[in-house]
Amino acid sequence: MEYLPNVIFAILLVFGIGYFARNVGRLKRNIFLGKDVDVSDNKPLRWKNMAKIALGQTKMVVRPIPGILHIIVYVGFVIINIEVLEIIIDGLFGTHRIFAGLGKVYDFLIASFEILALLVIIAVVVFWIRRNVIRLQRFLKPEMEGWPKKDGNLILYIEVVLMLLFLTMNAADFQLQQLGSAHYVQAGAFPVSAFIAPLFQGMSEANLIMVERIAWWLHISGILFFLNYLYYSKHLHILLAFPNTYYGKLRPKGQFKNLEAVTNEVKLMMDPSADPFATPAEDAPVPEKFGASDVKDLDWVQLLNAYTCTECGRCTSECPANQTGKKLSPRKIMMDTRDRLEEVGKNIDLNKGTFKDDGKQLLDDYITREELWACTSCNACVEACPVSIDPLSIIMDMRQYLVMEQSAAPSDLNNMMGNIENNGAPWPFNQMDRLNWSQES
Amino acid sequence: MSSELKVPTMAELFAAGKQPEVLFWVGCAGSFDDRAKKITKAFVKILNNAGISFAVLGTEESCTGDPAKRAGNEFLFQMQAVTNIEVMNAYGIKKVVTACPHCFNTIKNEYPGLGGSYEVVHHTQFLKSLLNDGRMVLEGGTFKGKRITFHDPCYLGRANDVYEAPRDLIRKLDAELVEMKNCKKRGLCCGAGGAQMFKEPEKGDKDVNIERTEQALETKPEIIAAGCPFCNTMMTDGVKNKEKEGEIAVMDIAELIATAQDL
Ligand code: SF4
Ligand code: SF4
Repeated sequence: MEYLPNVIFAILLVFGIGYFARNVGRLKRNIFLGKDVDVSDNKPLRWKNMAKIALGQTKMVVRPIPGILHIIVYVGFVIINIEVLEIIIDGLFGTHRIFAGLGKVYDFLIASFEILALLVIIAVVVFWIRRNVIRLQRFLKPEMEGWPKKDGNLILYIEVVLMLLFLTMNAADFQLQQLGSAHYVQAGAFPVSAFIAPLFQGMSEANLIMVERIAWWLHISGILFFLNYLYYSKHLHILLAFPNTYYGKLRPKGQFKNLEAVTNEVKLMMDPSADPFATPAEDAPVPEKFGASDVKDLDWVQLLNAYTCTECGRCTSECPANQTGKKLSPRKIMMDTRDRLEEVGKNIDLNKGTFKDDGKQLLDDYITREELWACTSCNACVEACPVSIDPLSIIMDMRQYLVMEQSAAPSDLNNMMGNIENNGAPWPFNQMDRLNWSQES
Repeated sequence: MSSELKVPTMAELFAAGKQPEVLFWVGCAGSFDDRAKKITKAFVKILNNAGISFAVLGTEESCTGDPAKRAGNEFLFQMQAVTNIEVMNAYGIKKVVTACPHCFNTIKNEYPGLGGSYEVVHHTQFLKSLLNDGRMVLEGGTFKGKRITFHDPCYLGRANDVYEAPRDLIRKLDAELVEMKNCKKRGLCCGAGGAQMFKEPEKGDKDVNIERTEQALETKPEIIAAGCPFCNTMMTDGVKNKEKEGEIAVMDIAELIATAQDL
């Protein structure tokens, strides 16, 4: 019986981490449903971008208030993980405050966790007010209704609860230390929980131990729950922001990729020695589908982007089309891509590893043509994204599908393209008149 | 003062066995659009005045393919690109200057992957370098103390990180450069990019160029400076829409300089 708590803890841990690992596997499988893309270039710059943007949070502080609050929550989260390590060791081996031997360093660590925990609570409260009381524009867009809104708030609640449990645990521990309770080593400094401790004044040792144990168990269970909640939440960005910024676009923002399949065909067309009537060689690859109409036509970095999106809406609030009331919202493009990818993933799971056509696709069923055609390709969304997401690349790939596979451009654009084809200019002027301006006064 | 424009073509120079310092890529707007043609001429006047050896392709130039590419027609884009690259490579072009940020971006960034690598500069960068090298002198008499705001073209600024050259030139005119609430990295699009110039905008509360013009008007400018023929049109329309065309001029940086030089 003596080892029962340790065994229960071990089971909880294995289950929590195992379920998480299963979801990570699913996540990887889904992301690699995307087309391959070569992102093996320029490793030093990629590491630098990751260090700067994900680790250093440089893009967060473009908007100072949420930026600084976010950094507090982020640092709090990272550092408190040291505490989690101690909890896991204690839980498995039935020890208590195993790191206490560090002496002064330990006191300092615990004190800084407590201060960070308090700061995190403050930051989270401000975040909650911004979302629910001040009702900032970018949290009110149509794509934020329902689950995304709930998700955003849930994360805040979970964080507050976790921090409060941590402080309660420490407060009870502090009292137990005062009582000289066996097992409760004299260690740590409690600058914040010292203010909670008076609540437990005069409680019996047994009750104090119960409070301490309940807080401890709820705290670690909460952390394991949160870990597993990530997959279903925009909060996944705390993990994916790192690979995502590593694989983020390095080319100038205005440089779009040249489709290789098209280059090959254009070369053939321009090659005077090519025989236009030649039958294609036996081993000629199946003509590639141009552009994207569903998630599998996107590349895996674009799909990674979709899972990384934090739904912060910085892109949407900078988007000129969205600012002037058009339907386009780059955040929605990313959320739609993720939703559709999840749907495809579930479909594969249900059908034992193969995708069964469900008569749906990203285009039309999620993203409308009206949204796609409203984009000015200005890159404001790409610039604004704090985690190096490129919504524009998805918009462009889908336009390519509309134009090259479906010939479904708006008629004005068809005129423009006809003019380029016939006159070498988007307007109906003769190429021979190109220099007329030099003669006009 | 307006003297004849000297506009040599690559074909002429080539026949005479000469190679210009730089190819001036005029672009479709610069060749055909009445408003943009003024920018083209202003830039040529400056080049003529500074005695720069340049040439244009003239009838051998064709659309870079930018609007086709941004509309999603990669085929048409690459056909245009390959044709243009063949012409430029045949002339052994090394350096290209253009007053259109869309041409600038496409030739600079997307042509190399298709076999066309050149040093490409925007006309504001080129003019700035002429100033630095002492090949052009600029005094701001006409614009001294005037409030000028600069609208960043997306394809010059955010897309290629060129923010300072146009601003340096405006400051050189002794003008008072005032920034809009959205500028540089956070500049707001004029509404023309991504092939929007050639179609009706999607339904919304207002057009993008109106929003941008309102931002410009907030700075109480006497002149709205632009560095792109499409931005120029969009902002001019916006100013007309606000019935301010009597008070506020929309001018390209090349036009500002040509005016300051009394060309
Ligand atoms: S690139 Fe398109 S989606 Fe992104 S901000 Fe500009 S208009 Fe909006
Ligand atoms: S794409 Fe980037 S900026 Fe837009 S909502 Fe997602 S994380 Fe935020």
